[in-house]
Amino acid sequence: MANFNLRVNNRAVSVDVDPATPLLYVLADELALNGPKFGCGLGQCGACTVIVKGQAIRSCMTPVKTVAGGDITTLDGLGTPEKPHPIQQAFIDEQAAQCGFCLSGVILTAKALVDRTPKPTDDQIQQALSNVLCRCFAHQRMIAAVKRYANGGAA
Amino acid sequence: MTVSRRAMLKAGGSLVVSFALTPSDAFGQAVASLVGNPSKEVDGWLSIAADGTVTALTGKCEMGHGLYTAQTQLVAEELGVPMNRIKLIQCVTGTTPDQGVTSGAQSHPQNFNHANLALAAATARETLVQMASKQWGVPADRLTPGNGVVRHQERTISYGELIGGKQFNIALNPNAKRKSPREWTVLGNPIKRLDMPEMVTGRLEYAHNVRVPGMVHGRVVRPPTVGATVASAVSDIESSVSAMPGFIKVVVKKDFVGVVCEKQWQAVQAANQLKVQWKPGPKLPPQVGFYDRMRTLPSRDTYLVDSKDVDATLAKAAQVVRSTYLHPYHMHGSIGASCAVADVKADGATIWSPTQGVYPQRDSCAMVLGMKPQQMKVIYARGSGCYGINGADTVSYDAALLSQAVGRPVRVQLSRKDEMANENFGLAFVVDQRVGLDAAGNIVAWDYESWSPTRGGRPGYAQPGNQITGYLAGFQPAPFAPRTPAPPPSGPLANGSNVVPSYVTGTVDGAAGGTGTVKCERMLSRIVESPFWTGPLRSPSRLQNTFAHECMMDELAAAAKADPVEYRLRHLRDPRLRAVVQAAAKAANWQARPSPATRTGTGTGTGTGTGTGTRNPVSGRGIACVLYEGDNGYCSMVADVDVHLDTGVVDVKRLVMALDSGPISNPDGLRNQAEGGALHGMSRALFEEVTWDEDKVTSVDWRTYRTFPVGFKIPRLETVLINTIEAEACGAGETSITVTAAAIGNAIFDATGKRLRQVPFTPERLIQQLRTD
Repeated sequence: MANFNLRVNNRAVSVDVDPATPLLYVLADELALNGPKFGCGLGQCGACTVIVKGQAIRSCMTPVKTVAGGDITTLDGLGTPEKPHPIQQAFIDEQAAQCGFCLSGVILTAKALVDRTPKPTDDQIQQALSNVLCRCFAHQRMIAAVKRYANGGAA
Repeated sequence: MTVSRRAMLKAGGSLVVSFALTPSDAFGQAVASLVGNPSKEVDGWLSIAADGTVTALTGKCEMGHGLYTAQTQLVAEELGVPMNRIKLIQCVTGTTPDQGVTSGAQSHPQNFNHANLALAAATARETLVQMASKQWGVPADRLTPGNGVVRHQERTISYGELIGGKQFNIALNPNAKRKSPREWTVLGNPIKRLDMPEMVTGRLEYAHNVRVPGMVHGRVVRPPTVGATVASAVSDIESSVSAMPGFIKVVVKKDFVGVVCEKQWQAVQAANQLKVQWKPGPKLPPQVGFYDRMRTLPSRDTYLVDSKDVDATLAKAAQVVRSTYLHPYHMHGSIGASCAVADVKADGATIWSPTQGVYPQRDSCAMVLGMKPQQMKVIYARGSGCYGINGADTVSYDAALLSQAVGRPVRVQLSRKDEMANENFGLAFVVDQRVGLDAAGNIVAWDYESWSPTRGGRPGYAQPGNQITGYLAGFQPAPFAPRTPAPPPSGPLANGSNVVPSYVTGTVDGAAGGTGTVKCERMLSRIVESPFWTGPLRSPSRLQNTFAHECMMDELAAAAKADPVEYRLRHLRDPRLRAVVQAAAKAANWQARPSPATRTGTGTGTGTGTGTGTRNPVSGRGIACVLYEGDNGYCSMVADVDVHLDTGVVDVKRLVMALDSGPISNPDGLRNQAEGGALHGMSRALFEEVTWDEDKVTSVDWRTYRTFPVGFKIPRLETVLINTIEAEACGAGETSITVTAAAIGNAIFDATGKRLRQVPFTPERLIQQLRTD
């Protein structure tokens, strides 16, 4: 066990865990965040996605020691139900989900893309989401929501 | 008289036995579980507090399909209260009505027609009006309920004032007047999902997020090969991990093995390191040749229809078309591996479970624990989209067993492999079709015979051995009872698995229960034993049969050199099924001509596209339709595809759907379901297949069980909704997926002149077909 200082959703936290612990378990179990989800534990689906240093990463495959001191943003950290982040609002506007379990992967991966590439092409959006799964297949609405967000909230 | 499956479901348990004999319900108890034993009293469904807030109770839960919102709309509409005054509680044993399982596209039929939740709200509204009538001395027919009050001219009294905090003490009144869809102000509107803000902001609590004080973490260790049994002593298993940090206990119960640690990561590592000697089970039948092998196994046979003149008619038909269709095992492949939390004490247990049925889970889990159902409480917690019986129930047993063993609340998260290697797969199918045509190309006889393998299924209330955990812990799956020959069919027609194609009359005991015109018909379904667990997967059997029927219909149209839409309409008599076919064709700008386009050279839709392949692809279009379960929702779909002849890659360019599910509760929710179903169907048609070697399932992650990502170049999806307000509310979540494989397969044929009769339509299979002439 070892102590790690993290900054999660703009909040300084300290956790005492095995350094090899995947970041996902730290976020879900130690910090009680509901956003990042266990989907596969293999980095194949995206349900556990968080943003670190502007990059969407797979927290199920990321040992906590590799992000010590890092600034971590989860789906919970973007906005609130009362005041959603614009990309979350775009997903509400498009009703772009069914079960919602995959949303960390879809929303945070897309946000990282749009932050980096403010006017992404269709190809760039597809490329960014080429390793993100949604098994309810709300794909059409999700792509529309990402475009709406990139477009400043307009459909 | 034709009695529909829905009518039988409504009638309740007395008809279950006759149902269980049909292949549509190889999963035996499924029909009973679909209905449950819901309250017949208003108080069992809703209550109104003094401040006018309404608490409604339902046994049909939100699983991502928008049902929480739609049911809230229903209560608001029928009771006459604003949506924001309603709190809907879903699926908690001892609190909500026992409505069996949320499954089989039965939530709308059960709760939105003249029964259950809808009738409770309507009865409550009439009761409130009568109370106001009595209080004011004004005849009830001069009072207007709505917006949480009863009104008479300028005078109002709130529901809270009338009944607040007190019980209704009245039975559901079958004569209570329901609101006509013409008067709807809440239902029928595209109300946004009430849970969406919490979902997109990561606030919604799923089963995976349930945290109980004192909770510790468990992992299971499944047999590494199918049928393997534990050969080690428990002490030897335990000693392999007992020194690990956070270790609490190894739990072995017959062949069930799990480990509990303080923290989740510790449990993961302990499960990985745990040493068990496993005695291998019998070798699995090879995947190559599996379809042919099914034909040789003892089978449980059922005739759905048999007009007794099929062989004679085929013998004198001008032409007989024969084809065999093959469909693999598919898996639910939920995005989240299943998770549950259990807190089992000596005298009582609480389970937080993503189960589709809290009451069946309660009773069957009590058996696993050796407790009484009355000692158990099961609370529904959202899982990831399930599409049928995924690992939700089995992981609830896992958590319960581990919690019982350690005396603390235990959370169990299955690994991806735990889930994929051991879930109850959707059925593989072999379908032989033999259809006779007359000289004009009209169908004169339809002969169908299928084989599909089953093992286990839904646990229901009393069969925990129908899933892996119950079985490992010592319970047996539902017994398999071969039966050959099949008894003659007896009515009414039970077409819940869409064994009977849309184009025949479906006549049993003189009553035509089908949707078509062909009177000479024989459908024989054979169930065989499966080496793998099986269970309902989104559109169970209906998808596989509809793939075989709708591709066959396309083959027949081609043999008759007829346009596939015109040819379908020629053999369909159900006006609503005809209407969705026509609506989909119209919306897709369907050009009437025979298929294939490239072979006949007569079409206008033929030619070269501008796809992304290395050469110009060929284009084609195909259509398919279904009356889901024979009585529960109409759908037709037109697929436009590009086929890359050099690579065998199929690009689906557009899917146009027309749906008729009766009165539409929430058009946006319905569209969302139709769109998701279409793409789910496309994934299954093009990519998905369970694979195995001689010992084990080998499709155990997203590399070995293929699907397509959110970034995939998806087809344009267009949905036409037909709002048939005078009809009953039907299911809709499984209609579009049922027709997708056939629509795409038919479009591939139209483009190439080659027929793919085996799912998935992989490039390899298509290339192989293209090379044969």
